[in-house]
Amino acid sequence: MKKILTIGLLVLLLISGMVSLAHDDVFRIAALMPSATNDLAFSQSMYDALVAIQAELGEEAFEFTIQDSTYIVDDAAVALRDWAASGEYQLVIAHGSQYGPIVEELAAEFSDVSFAWGTRQDTFGMDNVYSYAAASDEGGYFNGVLAAHLTETGVVGLVGPIEVGDGKLYADGFANGVASVDEDIEVNIVFIGSFSDVPLATEAAETHIANGADILTGTAQMVVGPIAVAVANDVLWFGSDASQDELSEDIGVAFQIYKWEVLLLDMIANIKDGILGGEYYKLTLANEGLVMEYDKDFEASEELIAIADATIAGIVSGDIVPIPEMMEEE
Amino acid sequence: MGLDDILTASVFASAIRLATPYIFSALGETFAQRSGVLNLGVDGMMLMGAFTGFYAVYLAQQSETMSEPVSLLLGVAVALIVGGLMGLAMAFVSVTLKAKQGISGIGVYLFGLGLSELLFQQWVGTPKSVSGFPRINFPVLTDLPIVGEIFFHHNLLVYVAFALVPISAFVLNSTTFGLMIRAVGQNPEAADAMGVSVARVRFATTTIGGMLAGLAGASLSIALINLFQQNLTAGQGFIAVALVYFGGWRPWTVAAGAMLFSFVNALQLQIKVVGADIPSEFAVMAPYVITIIALVFATKRHEQPTALTKPYERGE
Repeated sequence: MKKILTIGLLVLLLISGMVSLAHDDVFRIAALMPSATNDLAFSQSMYDALVAIQAELGEEAFEFTIQDSTYIVDDAAVALRDWAASGEYQLVIAHGSQYGPIVEELAAEFSDVSFAWGTRQDTFGMDNVYSYAAASDEGGYFNGVLAAHLTETGVVGLVGPIEVGDGKLYADGFANGVASVDEDIEVNIVFIGSFSDVPLATEAAETHIANGADILTGTAQMVVGPIAVAVANDVLWFGSDASQDELSEDIGVAFQIYKWEVLLLDMIANIKDGILGGEYYKLTLANEGLVMEYDKDFEASEELIAIADATIAGIVSGDIVPIPEMMEEE
Repeated sequence: MGLDDILTASVFASAIRLATPYIFSALGETFAQRSGVLNLGVDGMMLMGAFTGFYAVYLAQQSETMSEPVSLLLGVAVALIVGGLMGLAMAFVSVTLKAKQGISGIGVYLFGLGLSELLFQQWVGTPKSVSGFPRINFPVLTDLPIVGEIFFHHNLLVYVAFALVPISAFVLNSTTFGLMIRAVGQNPEAADAMGVSVARVRFATTTIGGMLAGLAGASLSIALINLFQQNLTAGQGFIAVALVYFGGWRPWTVAAGAMLFSFVNALQLQIKVVGADIPSEFAVMAPYVITIIALVFATKRHEQPTALTKPYERGE
């Protein structure tokens, strides 16, 4: 009886060991996002990237868990700490610049866990923190060039969230793109002070139209309001972060799509090699982390497509610098 | 850039649109608070009204089983019913169970926030738009210079909101029901002694408050924005509660507060559009700061209803 029990125990240990080994082969990411995964903007872009990675690596090799709509930073701290303490995840992503201080604190406490956060450049000088950002000024510049060619009133409007990060970069790039075509075109920019205040963003878009804008653009998850205003007023729309063609009906022109999988795949490879952080990544048109997509209903003329292609080529080659002042600072 | 560039007709029109959900929700909250019930769940009720109103319209327009105006009226009815039910729930917890009103209100808010998000994710998925209440073109009036744009080019719910201000003032000040509400909020023992059912009045006012909060949400999702997204109200319900305090529990001054807040908000948007060199952070906080300062100095201060937040127990 004793023998049978011992053999049974050994078999169980062997099986659990095999399960554990199989378990270890799976790369797991936990990601925290400030808004819903279907916000047609910032959070959706990260969710889409994780889904794309899973499709590429396979479900047996890659798993992810998410917590979306975590706009309360204190709630974010609890989730991030739980993930880090669990030891189940090789990479913990805090997708939002507001989470930076939490990441800095947790990364010091859990030095064997790899963290990634964005959109900012700062890794806090830690070996287990990756930081990332998007050169949204590039897509902004591209959209600005096209907007300048399409406006008839000579007034274009931008609704932004808070005057920082990629929202600010996009706005500056957009304004410079417009000015590169015609400096007389008015670019009216409103930062509403919130990423999620849809009613106020809606009214900002109405204000743009009342002031003569016949083209609108914007960033962050509250742009669903301005898109609805653009549709109602038959005004062209340029988007960023994710494709918005589902909502923009026949007034959408082009969208800057964030392909976070480009940098995440590199981080995964690094972590597998034992490099837990210390690097800053940036999505650009050159590394194909940024992709410009036309709205499926938009019929661009050959001339406009040629201008668009030349703009992308110029940015990729470095002949066009969307925000020259930034380059000088760097 | 001169004053003409800033104080345009469109700014006043924008203020009227922005004020609409605040007026609905703050008037509803005024009824509840005048009877002694502090309902901090207004924002949750607005969210549920916004979602259910939107979803009813969305389904009706997708199925093409009814005309657009009928689908919109259905949306309004659903928002009113759902808001009313949430008001009833709030009344049950705070009046019947005598729970702390502040805590139960926060509970109702979180319930509305969470459930509206969950239902939206499950039933709709990504943000989708509906054909909402169109702006009305009044013969002759809409074409009038300046006043036409300011007053005569809004959707139906905007006019309903503003019409409710004198109606609410009349109900509260000049009807038997209004007298009962005020009596219950001011001195529930005396009202009870006079044969007024304190619980029944508070149930009625909290339900009315819930219905108007639901309608406030619907005014966003099927009239002003015409779509739903998680946390669509962005905390407007809490501002509505504050407006009731600052407006001294009087419908006219509550509405004036809503208009002032919305006007400063519309003004800061216009100032930014015309390119005034003001830090965006300052512009964003301006509506809150100016409204508080103006209301502190401009309105005659009223005492809050004596029995506000106090559950009533006969004989205590």
